[in-house]
Amino acid sequence: MVEGALWRRWVFFYIPLTLFVFVLLFPFYWMLITTFRPDGELYQPWNSPRYQPFWTANPTLEHIKYLFEETLFSKWLWNTMFIAAISTMISLFCGVLGGYALSRLNFPFAGSLGTGIFITYLVPQTLLFIPLAEIIRNFKLGDSPWALILTYPTFLIPFCTWLMMGYFKAVPRELEECARIDGASRLQAMLYIIIPVAIPGILSAGIFAFTLSWNEFIYALVFLSSSEQKTVPVGVTSELIRGDVFFWGPLMAGALLGSIPVAMVYSFFVEHYVSGLTGSVKG
Amino acid sequence: MVTATMPATGRQKTRTRIRVLEDERWLALTLLTPTAVLLGLFIAYPFIEGVYLSLSASRVGVPGEFVGLKNFEKIWNDGIFRTAVWNTFWYTGITTVFKLFLGLWLALLLNRHFKGKAYIRAAILLPFIIPTVLSTFAWKWMFDPTFSVINWALFKLGFISARINWLGDPDLAMTSIIIVNIWRGIPFFAISLLAGLQTISPELQEAAAIDGAKPWQRFWHVTWPLLLPVTMVVVLFSVIQTFADFQLVYVMTGGGPANATHLFATYAYQIGIGTGLLSEGAAISLAMFPFLLLIVIVQLLYIRRVEVR
Repeated sequence: MVEGALWRRWVFFYIPLTLFVFVLLFPFYWMLITTFRPDGELYQPWNSPRYQPFWTANPTLEHIKYLFEETLFSKWLWNTMFIAAISTMISLFCGVLGGYALSRLNFPFAGSLGTGIFITYLVPQTLLFIPLAEIIRNFKLGDSPWALILTYPTFLIPFCTWLMMGYFKAVPRELEECARIDGASRLQAMLYIIIPVAIPGILSAGIFAFTLSWNEFIYALVFLSSSEQKTVPVGVTSELIRGDVFFWGPLMAGALLGSIPVAMVYSFFVEHYVSGLTGSVKG
Repeated sequence: MVTATMPATGRQKTRTRIRVLEDERWLALTLLTPTAVLLGLFIAYPFIEGVYLSLSASRVGVPGEFVGLKNFEKIWNDGIFRTAVWNTFWYTGITTVFKLFLGLWLALLLNRHFKGKAYIRAAILLPFIIPTVLSTFAWKWMFDPTFSVINWALFKLGFISARINWLGDPDLAMTSIIIVNIWRGIPFFAISLLAGLQTISPELQEAAAIDGAKPWQRFWHVTWPLLLPVTMVVVLFSVIQTFADFQLVYVMTGGGPANATHLFATYAYQIGIGTGLLSEGAAISLAMFPFLLLIVIVQLLYIRRVEVR
């Protein structure tokens, strides 16, 4: 707490914090209010006397209804969920095994392999999307969820591996040695002793990876073409804008409903998410 | 064990396999194989393919012949590409300064004890969690020329008398994009720096206070130097993400008005996917590579220096 007089507390603490929270959250409020606002109120110019920014007297569900009846929104939600879940699982599998090998085993080139993984962690999707689109086409994966399920791990695995290495390093060596003395093989020691201890780390990596794949855009935009294959971000972008006409009501409803699943996952595991986030930069 | 139910030969095989896995090198190789396959297939291979594409004259469905550095020469003489390069550097630089300053400020505010801290911390991360494309649409709607709530607020507060055409004017459009990027990046900076602040022992602050250091001096001489390693890593991560950004510009302006707000990635998309000039598009996105490499090298050198210390 800020020391000193009451006015100091307001000036240096309450007012700036309130402003931060207001600015950071206002766009979500705007999404929410637009979703339930009828078109007649929505399209009032900002300088019209009937512009009513913060409230609506006639809440409506027409935009949400439009979304589910006139577009394939529910299919997009399902696609996004499915792709995010499977690619997260693949990445966790690879990341846990790789992280264990890189942090706990002695083998030639362990150090340079670790550096290599760290570098791929920093490769942005936008560097490789054009050649990757060609490769996806050559593999006959175009316009299928597998194009994304197999490519999302390229940015998730390095992150998971990096995070898991940190967790595995923190597990004391004695724990593993005890198990080995009791006759466990290396593989058994890993599966039954080390991995269970690192469960919180696995959960953190999983939550973080899930939100990352829910957020991914450019691969989904380039690799998918038919409407029923799209993910939420791509579907909303390409099907709710016709030429220059933006369907703002349904667009905001889609943005809101497309955010809710990921926000729910996040709210259940805030602590894990935060430790994943901070672990990802500390390494 | 499951092996007890297996036929004799199967058991034999499993045993040899387990014995092989007792060797650390074989175990490491086995454990790293899935990662190596996926990263090789979808990072290393596309990279080589990308270099090849950028040196040839391919279009969608038409593999082209080798043309050397012609594509790079062509984009070098392309005015829009030059604007995009300039935009990318400006965008990355200015947003990073603001994100660091505001993020650090927010982290310092949150590094105190107050009621409801856990909720506030969870809430302010939302801009970072919610898919960028979706939250950017909310901003685009807020910046809409006719229905802008921001114009309404500025008008009511007496700052403006006529409308501001946020996304219609080239300079203003870039500024709008920068504002949204800062908005989205603040939580990442704040939460990461907060984690760094929490590792600094409060006793150091108290000791400095007893020695008569003012709050500002305490921050500058005690907190900031100790926070620097975390700050460096956070900044470099953010710089890479911002430098290679795509979604925000794609949604806000699509590179317009009149191609004034393109970044490397959006221009590569427009040329490579939009008009189907694969080779030129690949060359534009590969042009990011030297800069990204430089950033990564700085980061690796820095991490090594910290580890040596």
